[in-house]
Amino acid sequence: MCGKGWAVAEDINTLSALPKLAAKILITVLLGGFLGATLVRLAPGFGVDEEELDARLSAQSVQALRETHASDANLFVFYFRYLNRLLHGDLGNSRTLQRPVLQLVAERLPETLKSVALGLALGWSAGFLLAVAIVMSRAWFLDLLGSLLVGVLLCLPAAVLALLFVLAQAPARLLLGLVVFPKIFRYSRNLLARSSALPHVLTARAKGLGNMRVLVWHILPTAAPQLLALLGVTVSVAFTAAIPMEALCDLPGIGQLAWKAALGRDVALLVNLTMIVTLVTLVANSASDLMGRTFRTSEA
Amino acid sequence: MKKILAVLVLLTLITFGSNRVLAQSGGELHFCLRSEPKTFNPLLAADDASETIRYMTGGVLVRVNRLTQDLEPELATSWKITNGGKTITFQLRDGLRFSDGTAFSADDVAFTMQQLMDPALHSPTGDAFRSSEGKVETEVLPKNRVRITFPAPIAGLDRLFDQVAIMSAKSPQKEMAVLGPYYVGENKAGSYLILKRNPNYWEKDPAGRPLPYIESVRLDIQSNRDIEMLRLTRGEIHFINSLDAEYFDKVVAQDPSMAHDAGASLDSEEMWFNQVATSPLPSYKKAWFISTNFRRAVSEAINREDLARIVFRGHARPAVGPVSPANKFWFNAKLQAHPFDQKSALQRLTQDGFHLQDGALHDRDGHAVEFSVITNAGNKYRERMATMIQQDLSGIGIKLNVVTLDFPSLIERITHTFDYEACLLGLVNDELDPNAQMTVWLSSADSHQWNPSQKTPATAWEAEIDKLMRAQASTLDPKKRKEDFDKVQEIAWQQEPFIYLVNKNALSAVSPAVHNAHPVVLRPQVYWNIDQLSLTSEVARNR
Amino acid sequence: MKWARTTAIVFLLAVSSACLLANVIAPASYAYQFREEPNAAPSRHHLLGTDDLGRDRFSRVLYGTRVSLLLAPAAALLSSLLAAFIGGIAGFSGGWVERFVMAGTDLFLSLPWLFLLITVRALLPLNVSPILSVLITFAMLGCLGWAGAARIICADARSLAQSDFILLARASGSNGFRLLWRHLVPNLKPVLYAQFWISVPVFILTEANLGILGLGVAEPMPSWGSLLRELESFSTASGQSWQVVPLILFILVVSSFHLVLTKEELPV
Repeated sequence: MCGKGWAVAEDINTLSALPKLAAKILITVLLGGFLGATLVRLAPGFGVDEEELDARLSAQSVQALRETHASDANLFVFYFRYLNRLLHGDLGNSRTLQRPVLQLVAERLPETLKSVALGLALGWSAGFLLAVAIVMSRAWFLDLLGSLLVGVLLCLPAAVLALLFVLAQAPARLLLGLVVFPKIFRYSRNLLARSSALPHVLTARAKGLGNMRVLVWHILPTAAPQLLALLGVTVSVAFTAAIPMEALCDLPGIGQLAWKAALGRDVALLVNLTMIVTLVTLVANSASDLMGRTFRTSEA
Repeated sequence: MKKILAVLVLLTLITFGSNRVLAQSGGELHFCLRSEPKTFNPLLAADDASETIRYMTGGVLVRVNRLTQDLEPELATSWKITNGGKTITFQLRDGLRFSDGTAFSADDVAFTMQQLMDPALHSPTGDAFRSSEGKVETEVLPKNRVRITFPAPIAGLDRLFDQVAIMSAKSPQKEMAVLGPYYVGENKAGSYLILKRNPNYWEKDPAGRPLPYIESVRLDIQSNRDIEMLRLTRGEIHFINSLDAEYFDKVVAQDPSMAHDAGASLDSEEMWFNQVATSPLPSYKKAWFISTNFRRAVSEAINREDLARIVFRGHARPAVGPVSPANKFWFNAKLQAHPFDQKSALQRLTQDGFHLQDGALHDRDGHAVEFSVITNAGNKYRERMATMIQQDLSGIGIKLNVVTLDFPSLIERITHTFDYEACLLGLVNDELDPNAQMTVWLSSADSHQWNPSQKTPATAWEAEIDKLMRAQASTLDPKKRKEDFDKVQEIAWQQEPFIYLVNKNALSAVSPAVHNAHPVVLRPQVYWNIDQLSLTSEVARNR
Repeated sequence: MKWARTTAIVFLLAVSSACLLANVIAPASYAYQFREEPNAAPSRHHLLGTDDLGRDRFSRVLYGTRVSLLLAPAAALLSSLLAAFIGGIAGFSGGWVERFVMAGTDLFLSLPWLFLLITVRALLPLNVSPILSVLITFAMLGCLGWAGAARIICADARSLAQSDFILLARASGSNGFRLLWRHLVPNLKPVLYAQFWISVPVFILTEANLGILGLGVAEPMPSWGSLLRELESFSTASGQSWQVVPLILFILVVSSFHLVLTKEELPV
């Protein structure tokens, strides 16, 4: 095992690393924004509008419509201007929805945060508990049933799930839980199964330790870093899953916004949304990383 | 005569109906918008949702009655076109107020026209009035009259005002102050809108009761049509304005009294070949696509009856040309839809040197005939039509590849890069007058899809169409205009730059709780008479 | 548990051989439209009825299984290997390599890759053969799907790298590669199995959705994804229970994969 001094050193490292971590997050978020803008800019369909097909529009109006995109055409100019505005607290204007991005995000972010929080809570409590139940009971039929349930959920297209929810008059928000549930269940079941097969766990069992004690003292600690990493990853998975879910169920969150922005090639909106998602991913993963490390050092 | 009689009977029924439901004012009407409105500025409305809001909230000088297709007075009691079609004078109604209480006057009409015709606004509604360069003059005359003079004559001028919602020049609420039956009371972005009854709406029913009857309208933003359908069957919404064929059949199976098929609509589905000379296609393919024989052969090899019967479950009819038979005055009744005849198709191809070799068609130089058709992804009717056409064309040895693209990518290909071979799309047509199709048929126009923005017409027949379209636009004589436009339809039928496939029927479903609904072919099919609609008393009381 | 595994293996073998022999078994071409009987109910001629355009659904299921059952696991394998490689290297090396690779992984998780797929479609010719289009689509899916799993594997590898037996092995002079191969890879199995097993259905469904971008299986070729899309408008299809057959087959195949993969994992 690691020596005590080593653990203390790592603890100090963690604290002093915070400003460094913040700097890393900031740089990655800006890079994310830039790469996001690049992907949008290079994709076909950038700078064209559905309205161009409106037969009522005169040639001058179509020309004017095309020129509105000209300012976004050069990526570096666009990004430089964007950063400049960002420093003044202005996130720019959405071209497709014709409103300030800040306003749109402020309206819709709470909606998505609520869905994601609820979805994660539901997914984790159901998925993790089921995994624990299976590993502790070692009942093969429970494992088979759990796998079948998860298999059904994974195989149903999101649109069908959404329809079933409407049929059952269940709140669409819960859908997100069903999307992350299979992943949480599958990973945690496999990780816990491996931990429970470790020699010291088997010894503990043989000594006649109670199920609960084996779980809390022996199985969970060995699987903790991986489970924490899984927690971090599921946050970003839930955010990504919110895009089709909100678009299908017409929930006014940032997922729906992202879908509309993608269809309209709305660079200003997409850059901001990419940065938000990058930020959430980084914070969630860094936090789970830190917790994982602290866990290990304190365990030592 | 029979038709006139039928319309008269129907009109009497409607008036009778509206008298009977007098006691049932109030309630909340529910239906779905498929996207959120992009703008509340009526002059900029271009998308369906914005146009819905404009129709329900905007007051217009004159209104096309969606049932009779005639023009009726609204804010203007009468109007007169003079000066060879350049000038229109409106006599306005006295004593009207906007929804916020601001008084309505001729100044508001002048203000609206000035805003509408501002070249910097790029309003699609305004562009419809722009037949030639020059300024539009608006004069406010005494006795609540207003005179608008355009630089050149505009055929069908008065009907264009159906789209112009009058805005207030003075109201502090700007475009939110309206003259229509409803005003926007609440807007939860991306979720729903609530329209409230406009207390200052001018119209009253024959019994002197103020219109509209329904107290408020809730518009839920719902892009998923399956969910919309489920909500209808559950009674959560009152109607679906334009219904897909398979849902329509479902409604018929559940409750035939809810289903309304108003017959063939003005919209058409069509396919065209890329004839742009500078496109990046190989020259032998360009040669196929500019050949009239090739286009007509492909057209004849397509079984339109099957498309209508299978893809649209019989709720469509084979299309003839640019004008749907639903457009009674302008449709050229001498023309018939191209019949399905693969033998004749092969004969036409032989004339151009094509030949069959092991069941595959080859051109004169031995190139196997294979091309792709692009269509917008997510529209399953177009995907299915393309797949059926794929099998039809294999009957004359042509290999067709179906490619679905997201809309921006598709638009870029058909308007900017011209990197496509054939395209299958639909044309939404709201306007009865052929002037609305001017930008489609003029060879110099951007919307001349198969070969847009030509400096000089590429072919003799396109030059002829240019001449006829300009001729019909420059005269006010309906008979002469009809003659010219009939010829345009004949040329389009012979040359087939657009291969017209089907005209879809206007399908809708209306809950029995809604009284006085008479769905029609023209948009907005169900709620064109929104101020006359009412809800059954139980519904009205419960809400 | 053993009988369940045997059943799963037999079932998978049966399904694979049925779709490999599709040319012999299928009663009709997957593309031919029997236009007189669209949306038909099951009959002697059409065991699972016909679809909207009158194509024999049983034949479409057979051919669709061939495409999806072959390519989705291949793509899932690719993404699992990428996750193992990237996550393993990062976790095992630690230090700045780990920080750098994991920051890259986070970035990868957040970017709008949809636009890359749209761009790929634009780079392909419109008349691309359906096979090539499908291959490219699944390859892209495999290349894009590794990031989440890599993070967990990194955490896994990190704790392994600091565990007793690796420290011992290092002390006894084992070199890096041997260490990785002998100790790391077998220990990563639980995570890799989870990644593989989840990716198969996810990729199959994603392929259907990529049809929106003109990628993936083009008409008239069937795939499980396109067969499942029929269910999406089930408000119109309700009452046609035989349409659910592809879904049931799909669920059974995915569950069988699971049974085959997780042998001797739960100590009983």
